[in-house]
Amino acid sequence: MEEQVKNITADEQQEYIINMGPQHPSTHGVLRLVVSLKGEMVKSVQPHIGYIHRGIEKMCESITYPQIIHLTDRMDYLSAHINNEVVCLAVEKGLQVEIPDRIKVIRTIMSELTRIQSHQLWWASFGMDLGGLTCFFYGLRDREKIMDIFEETCGGRMLVSYNCPGGVMYDLHPNFQQRVKDFIKYFRKILPEYDQLLTGNVIFHERSKGIGRLSLEDAISYGVTGPSGRASGFSCDVRKHEPYSAYDRVQFKEILFTEGDTYFRYVARIQEMWESMNIIEQLIDNIPEGPYAVKMKPIIKLPEGEYYQRVETARGELGVYIISDGNKNPYRVKFRSPNFVNLSVLNHIAKGFKIADLVAIGGSLDLVIPDIDR
Amino acid sequence: MNKIELGAFIKSTDQDLEIKEGNQYTEVIVPASKLHSLAKILRETEQTQFDFLVCISGVDYGQDLGVVYHLRSTKFDHMVVLKTRTSDRITPQFDSVSDIWYTADFLEREVYDLLGIKFANHPDLRRLFLDNSWGFPLRKDYVDDINIVTK
Repeated sequence: MEEQVKNITADEQQEYIINMGPQHPSTHGVLRLVVSLKGEMVKSVQPHIGYIHRGIEKMCESITYPQIIHLTDRMDYLSAHINNEVVCLAVEKGLQVEIPDRIKVIRTIMSELTRIQSHQLWWASFGMDLGGLTCFFYGLRDREKIMDIFEETCGGRMLVSYNCPGGVMYDLHPNFQQRVKDFIKYFRKILPEYDQLLTGNVIFHERSKGIGRLSLEDAISYGVTGPSGRASGFSCDVRKHEPYSAYDRVQFKEILFTEGDTYFRYVARIQEMWESMNIIEQLIDNIPEGPYAVKMKPIIKLPEGEYYQRVETARGELGVYIISDGNKNPYRVKFRSPNFVNLSVLNHIAKGFKIADLVAIGGSLDLVIPDIDR
Repeated sequence: MNKIELGAFIKSTDQDLEIKEGNQYTEVIVPASKLHSLAKILRETEQTQFDFLVCISGVDYGQDLGVVYHLRSTKFDHMVVLKTRTSDRITPQFDSVSDIWYTADFLEREVYDLLGIKFANHPDLRRLFLDNSWGFPLRKDYVDDINIVTK
């Protein structure tokens, strides 16, 4: 560690090095940022990660495909359902299984509910990072309603593990449709309150507008995807570009801005919640009848070859690259996690801003640490 | 460009490259020495414009160590996969592409950390998740009697 600190100080002796984290409330997990400061200005940010590296990719090599799904929950725990989906889609692609419409629609609705709850929690904690504690209570109060819907159908609240190769684990609960409709009705009324509380707030504007600007060229070169990338104008929504599940049959807008600062990364996520509600409303009334899972072989063996599948999680593009040698265990699994790539841009956009802005910028990237470390 | 056109175009830049029709994307087998120049051509040519490096995966093929690059063009929405490998397991090294795509900085560090593949001209090649005393866990010959339980 001393060696690393020396590297940073070598060029400018006047700089002051502080450690932000690993136990810091604004990093939302065990992320250590070695920040080099001149006065109050950030000169460089070096992320140090790996505190909760569990070796998920290595573990995947010795377990079967249905088991891998339960590990993917533990990467980005706020997009658990979408993480499950990526492995299922890759396996189904490899086996060339035709998935009935009912499953596709269920998965899409669940993914969008996941996206909404993830953005709610992000909004809650982002407000709290900037000193608005009320946001935290509002956000978690509404998130609880989605958690209850998940609990009823999936059994789990956060780590749902609802997907399995060939479908979903259980059929929808009889109350599901009504509860989702009630939630959408409720949340359409509540979401403008979020705007009243934070979006129009003058202090919030002062702290977020023009802070941490990321240009389109840099967003693409750094590979910043998800709402953070789209706030810079990077059209990277996998749901549009390579539709999976039922996304090809719903109408929705890809939220794009050009400014690319903290404020627009915030607005992009708020707008996405509206779009997610639109998607759910288009599907919830006409869930097709049919089986909730296709019968698969008890032991799933992918044919020899390589499979790459991309999905859009709440934070960006998640990719899984599976190399199979024909056995029941994969030969190599690589997860392209959105947070890991988004973190790499932090040094670039936080440079030259004050240390308090670093908290705002970090919050606006919406980092989930277990997904970075894997 | 579709898969076949893309394969033909890449073949036309260098006759030595081996083009494979993968089940999803065009795959190009690149010798390690030509990796950087091909990456630069794909990034800068008007017809391809692969400006988005999606993913770098290090793979241990048993005998060889390899690196797989997934590239995408945000303008044309096409993808290509570059594959390169080396039989040198003691000091494996490839050219870094972090001057072409900034995102390669972290992605290559991850490959170095978990597979021990070095990247020449990388600005800051340090271990990422693990500290220097660890081996390279994603290699197939990695042994860890204490932490890995084998059945």
